[in-house]
Amino acid sequence: MPDVIACRNLRKYYADVKAVDGLDLSVASGECFGLLGPNGAGKTTTIEILEGLTESDSGEVEILGLTWRKNERELRERIGISLQETQLTEKLTVFETLRLFRSFYRVGADPEELLRDLSLDEKHDARVGKLSGGQRQRLAVACALVGNPDVLFLDEPTTGLDPQSRLQLWDIVQRFRQKGGTVLLTTHYMEEAERLCDRVAIVDHGHLIALGTPAELIAKLQARNVIEFTSEPRLEQAVVEAIDGCAGVTAHREGWLLRVHSLAEAVPRLIDTVEKQGAKLVTLSTHEATLEDLFVSLTGRELRDA
Amino acid sequence: MREKTRIRPPIIELALARTKEFLREKEAMFWVFGFPLILALALGFAFREKPPDRIPVGVVAGPNAQQRLAALLKSKTLLPRIMNEQDARDALRRGKVSLLIEGTDTVVYRFDATRPDSLSARNETDDVLQAAAGRRNVLVPREERVHEQGARYIDFLIPGLLGMNLMGTGMWSMGFTIANARMKKLLKRLVATPMRKTDYLLAMFLSRLIWLLLEVSVLVAFGWIVFGVRVNGSLAVLAILCIVGGYAFSGIGLLTASRAKTIEAVSGLMNLIMMPMWLCSGVFFSYERFPDSVKPFIRVLPLTLLNDALRAVVNDAAGLSQITFQIGLLAVWGIVTFIIGLKIFRWQ
Repeated sequence: MPDVIACRNLRKYYADVKAVDGLDLSVASGECFGLLGPNGAGKTTTIEILEGLTESDSGEVEILGLTWRKNERELRERIGISLQETQLTEKLTVFETLRLFRSFYRVGADPEELLRDLSLDEKHDARVGKLSGGQRQRLAVACALVGNPDVLFLDEPTTGLDPQSRLQLWDIVQRFRQKGGTVLLTTHYMEEAERLCDRVAIVDHGHLIALGTPAELIAKLQARNVIEFTSEPRLEQAVVEAIDGCAGVTAHREGWLLRVHSLAEAVPRLIDTVEKQGAKLVTLSTHEATLEDLFVSLTGRELRDA
Repeated sequence: MREKTRIRPPIIELALARTKEFLREKEAMFWVFGFPLILALALGFAFREKPPDRIPVGVVAGPNAQQRLAALLKSKTLLPRIMNEQDARDALRRGKVSLLIEGTDTVVYRFDATRPDSLSARNETDDVLQAAAGRRNVLVPREERVHEQGARYIDFLIPGLLGMNLMGTGMWSMGFTIANARMKKLLKRLVATPMRKTDYLLAMFLSRLIWLLLEVSVLVAFGWIVFGVRVNGSLAVLAILCIVGGYAFSGIGLLTASRAKTIEAVSGLMNLIMMPMWLCSGVFFSYERFPDSVKPFIRVLPLTLLNDALRAVVNDAAGLSQITFQIGLLAVWGIVTFIIGLKIFRWQ
């Protein structure tokens, strides 16, 4: 089956930054594909090139086997887009907004039904300006879905939302996929990528630095667990790296992140080492390795403040 | 269950959305309807009909001063008072009085001959003093005073305000809306749909039509009811003129907002464009006072074209054929700016 989204050797340089620097991606039909990376990694530029809103300096883009140059109108009918920050007209009601967007498409969903599906029917006659962040975001996604698209592009759909709103949005994306839709989304939440995406591309400085299913990517760490600890005084990096079973070390706040295979073996050794150094353990916590840890191990930086 | 929603063509949906948005914006309603009415009311009362002011004249203290004062007090157009010489000279220099009556035996008129009020004060004073001294008029004329409707200041002002309002609302309704939608990424979101770009702009023009006709009706009715400013020409001609004029400014507004990224930028540009027209295009006073060399330029400014044509229709009952020049040139302004604006329009 041909790819629904494909791009080759995509480049977009701005005066002061290489936003996208030679990116190849392909997304299969029915797949949910995540672009993961810190702010400024080039995620938005990439997705907007794919959406036909930004022109790339070089490279090719094909969506549903069509190109923006030749088939813009046809493509616009078949894809749904939610931009990172769109403020829909505040003075219109939820229903009026959705009906307006519906009028742009030849075929599409019934706005009333869509509002019910997205649990927005209670807000049917509410002004957009009065909606909560989560409701606004659901309306934005509703506007993306109202043309019954084959492909859905979501740029950071849950950034800044409370956990419950995030769950509601994930549910909407899952249901779209159950109907056979293809999704490309950007996020800087690891959890979102792990929960929603079949495959994830980790990008940094416009480059692809890792690609695979969330499980494959985490497996690349060769460490299932991560120990986070601080001590007084702080240990030298070489000392931490020398701990038996340590697969990687990264500085984290005042302490260290230590990637290990087995917690049962590594934790006693760590405590031993701290004591031998004449230091005192201040904090210690552990978690299962996530995509966040992969990003840290690949770039030496954390996603949040990268 | 609600029944399936009827979806109208995008241009209608866009125009409806735009109209509703405006209707729900209280500040915008004030600027379109409230502000021009308040302005008309204030200026109308400031320049309302009243007897001409008496002209202040000074009688310089001296032996004949009391006698002259008594004579001058009988005049209906003079406001005489006795002053000592030093005060009198100062008052004349500062324009507090228009004429000084000096001299003991020979009457001396001291005045600035370039001031029209001084000249009429001199003539009136002379008449009064001559009559007091025993002059008999050989010719006895009869006076007929006129108060022709159409010649008052308010008759001049109302069409000017109408023109100014059409300029303001035409430019702001395009400029503000477009810059705002661009800043909030709404334009970008819209072009991410199959919406036709021309539909968006034409819908703005369409919804503008409703407001344009409303605001013209309100101001014209107000002038008529409150100040008795009648539309002497045909209402149909007035409507055509207002629509063409209003759209000329929508075109200019579109061009102004075609690239601006922020509301601030577009506000600055708008004021830059409108300010010269507020001053030069004869809103509050006639542009006839400007030097002849600049008048040809002033005449082809869109607001001048509109104001001249509005006054011709409202005051002088002009028909369509008498304002072809203005209507034609206004249409050119609108079409050219619209085309350029569309060409260079920034959607993101």
